[in-house]
Amino acid sequence: MSEHKTMTLTLNVWRQKGPNAPGKFETYTAKGITEHHSFLEMIDVVNEDLIKAGKDPIVFDHDCREGICGMCSQVINGVPHGGQERTTVCQLHMRKFKDGDTIYIEPWRAAAFPILKDLIVDRSAYDTITQAGGYTSCHTGGVPDGNALLVPKGVADYAMDAAECIGCGACAAGCPNSSAMLFTSAKVAQLAVLPQGQAEAKKRVTSMVDAMQECGFGNCSNHYECQAVCPKGINVKFIAKLNREYLKAQF
Amino acid sequence: MILDGKCPTGPIEKTWDKHRFDLKLVNPANKRKYKVIVVGTGLAGGAAAASLGELGYQVEAFCYQDSPRRAHSIAAQGGINAAKAYPNDGDSIYRLFYDTIKGGDFRAREADVWRLAQVSNNIIDQCVAQGVPFARDYAGYLDNRSFGGAQVSRTFYARGQTGQQLLLGAYSALSRQIKAGTVKMYPRREMLDLVVVDGVAKGITVRNLITGELESYAADAVCLATGGYVNVFYLSTNAMGCSVTANWKAYRKGAFFANPCYTQIHPTCIPQAGDYQSKLTLMSESLRNDGRCWVPKKKEDLAKHPDQIPEEDRDYYLERKYPSFGNLAPRDIASRAAKEQCDDGRGVGPGGRGVYLDFSTSIGRVGENTIKERYGNLFEMYEKITDENAYKRPMRIYPAPHYAMGGLWVDYNLMSNIPGLFVLGEANFSVHGANRLGASALMQGLADGYFVIPYTIGGYLAGVKPGTVGTDNPEFKKSVEDVVSYRDKLLSVNGKKTVSEFMREVGHLMWENCGMARSKESLTDNLKKIPALKEEFWKNVKVTGTGAELNQDLENAGRTADFLEFAELLCTDALHREESCGGHFRVEHQTSDGEAMRDDENFCYVGAWEFKGDGKDPELHKEPLRFENVHLAVRSYK
Repeated sequence: MSEHKTMTLTLNVWRQKGPNAPGKFETYTAKGITEHHSFLEMIDVVNEDLIKAGKDPIVFDHDCREGICGMCSQVINGVPHGGQERTTVCQLHMRKFKDGDTIYIEPWRAAAFPILKDLIVDRSAYDTITQAGGYTSCHTGGVPDGNALLVPKGVADYAMDAAECIGCGACAAGCPNSSAMLFTSAKVAQLAVLPQGQAEAKKRVTSMVDAMQECGFGNCSNHYECQAVCPKGINVKFIAKLNREYLKAQF
Repeated sequence: MILDGKCPTGPIEKTWDKHRFDLKLVNPANKRKYKVIVVGTGLAGGAAAASLGELGYQVEAFCYQDSPRRAHSIAAQGGINAAKAYPNDGDSIYRLFYDTIKGGDFRAREADVWRLAQVSNNIIDQCVAQGVPFARDYAGYLDNRSFGGAQVSRTFYARGQTGQQLLLGAYSALSRQIKAGTVKMYPRREMLDLVVVDGVAKGITVRNLITGELESYAADAVCLATGGYVNVFYLSTNAMGCSVTANWKAYRKGAFFANPCYTQIHPTCIPQAGDYQSKLTLMSESLRNDGRCWVPKKKEDLAKHPDQIPEEDRDYYLERKYPSFGNLAPRDIASRAAKEQCDDGRGVGPGGRGVYLDFSTSIGRVGENTIKERYGNLFEMYEKITDENAYKRPMRIYPAPHYAMGGLWVDYNLMSNIPGLFVLGEANFSVHGANRLGASALMQGLADGYFVIPYTIGGYLAGVKPGTVGTDNPEFKKSVEDVVSYRDKLLSVNGKKTVSEFMREVGHLMWENCGMARSKESLTDNLKKIPALKEEFWKNVKVTGTGAELNQDLENAGRTADFLEFAELLCTDALHREESCGGHFRVEHQTSDGEAMRDDENFCYVGAWEFKGDGKDPELHKEPLRFENVHLAVRSYK
């Protein structure tokens, strides 16, 4: 393997033993980090040192490490996923930092995402919103041929733009109101434009918005922070679509 | 023992229809009396849980992630095959069946593969009905692209995120059933034992990953859809949490492990950049539709910028070696060819472990925008990881462990040799033989989940009295006690090496000695070193924290301990299989031009291993494979 120049960084990491325990920042030093380390691999290095010293490693959610599962969820220097455009924490690489930097790492902050431990939060509220109507009620089997209903390319592309959402929760974590409007709107918009989803469009938008409010998320007041931090670049135009669909459903 | 796959006989095109009719049914009023456990919520598990719940069974579903939407099926990029023949290019169910049997190097069961090809078309319809936004043309029809090992375009896709969209489709169907109360979802649970009562699978023991508590769940049938095991190589394209643990625990309870040596090394992944690295990232095989693989012909060109190497000094080795399939040669063949070039000292990038995947010809033909539309997210991902722009400079790629064709042995009904234990998707061994073709993992996961298990589980449950065993059965208590003592043993070693140091070591041994090329010597070496490493693990591993809390170090320790045992079985299987086939390449068995050489006379069987106890050799059982429709032939892509 080729030799790389290494960096030393100071990390201030949120440590919290459990949901009801008080949390605080602890300071660690990350040594021997190269520009090719991903952000999570940098934390892996710190954790190895902690384990060897007999201390509890920092726990954090992560799984695919290729930016698609939506598991990783860290606020880095105040910004969910760290501020690189369309990038999850796991795809953020250390070449975006420089030797000697101090970095603050926190969990998602939103009332509807309670902290479980250190950087791990409970995001089941997003599952609850989906369960309220984020589907078409087709049965397994007994559906028509895939080409029976034509979906023009523009419509399929629009649906796909919305469907890219990975459900990571950054939109709510980045929003000053902790609103889950971008997440909810992405699913509502995807299914509202596809012919397969139109039969249930009214019921869907109403139940999903109700679920969103019951889960304790705030409302949208057009800050657009959600779009700015979304690792998939989901556009706020879908929130406008959600509002239209919601209004339509009232009549 | 000679194993019987219980495949239906008669004309192949009638087998599944006839079998479905012959299967016993559970009447709708009785279905709700049966409880079914589904472990894993990827394409296979998610689809199974949703479909079984909809049928009326009481389903309990488990996953280790925080939500069923995050299973690693989500990372599949390129597409899903189906025999729709929409492009009018000569495809048919028979051709998909034929390509899959041949692609698997004649080591899969014909009847299982036929069924897969037959239901492939239903899958596309199902996903469209769920609102999966497959790529469409301007008129609104479904679009197709090509994948390796086929000469027709039968791959349906949703940009470079097909797995994500299909999984979200299954997740939406599952969410609907959770809301309806037919499925109870248990996220952040890891299965740590299979509970077998009087020889029949009746439940599981899981660890609640948030509280650390051990929980027992009883059911009338258990379905494992727990994915593959290629994290045994440490660096792979799998997610960090993918492990062999659930399958391994079932193996230790008597389920046979079939063909563990069939592992897929995917040809197009981003090369390793350093020793700290935690995983490798796939670049979809679909890129080979428009990308051309090459290395410099001359070693003195290796240090040059690829632009400075003239056309005549480039070796487009896949096009040269396999003119009829070219860059779309199957994965095992493309991977070995890349390795060959690098072994020859013509690899590019760090350590000479890389080949170019060059899009300049296609960009010249269709324009950068079209390429961006087809693969934009992949180019973006590549740039984030390597800091290189693949529109301007060819990608560097290298093979990496990606998929496990081997898995728990199942019969035609997807039931293991333990009655009541079903195994779905990548976790079983059934349809890919010794090599899986691109875009067929998604097909298999959804086939098993939506269209196979809903039928075959009924055939089993119809003969079982529901609810006879509860968690008060002493086997459940014993299982929890065993899991506790194992956990405490892990926590009490208190040695000096970390869990990941052990995982890196076993992964390194597996990659070097049991990776793309294997020999008697390398495997024998591993069979000495791996048990020694396992012994060291139990004397010198350091696991922090306690069992009664969220403890990721403990989770990793358990998975690593299982990988250390499993690695030995994988090497044992690879050593016994004295032939080369698909992803299993034994250097002793190759043709003069370096192609895999099968031995149909002696090895045309499924090798299924039975656990006989710690410190004892596993016992090999064979299921002979018969080819009545696709005749055994030397696989050629030339």
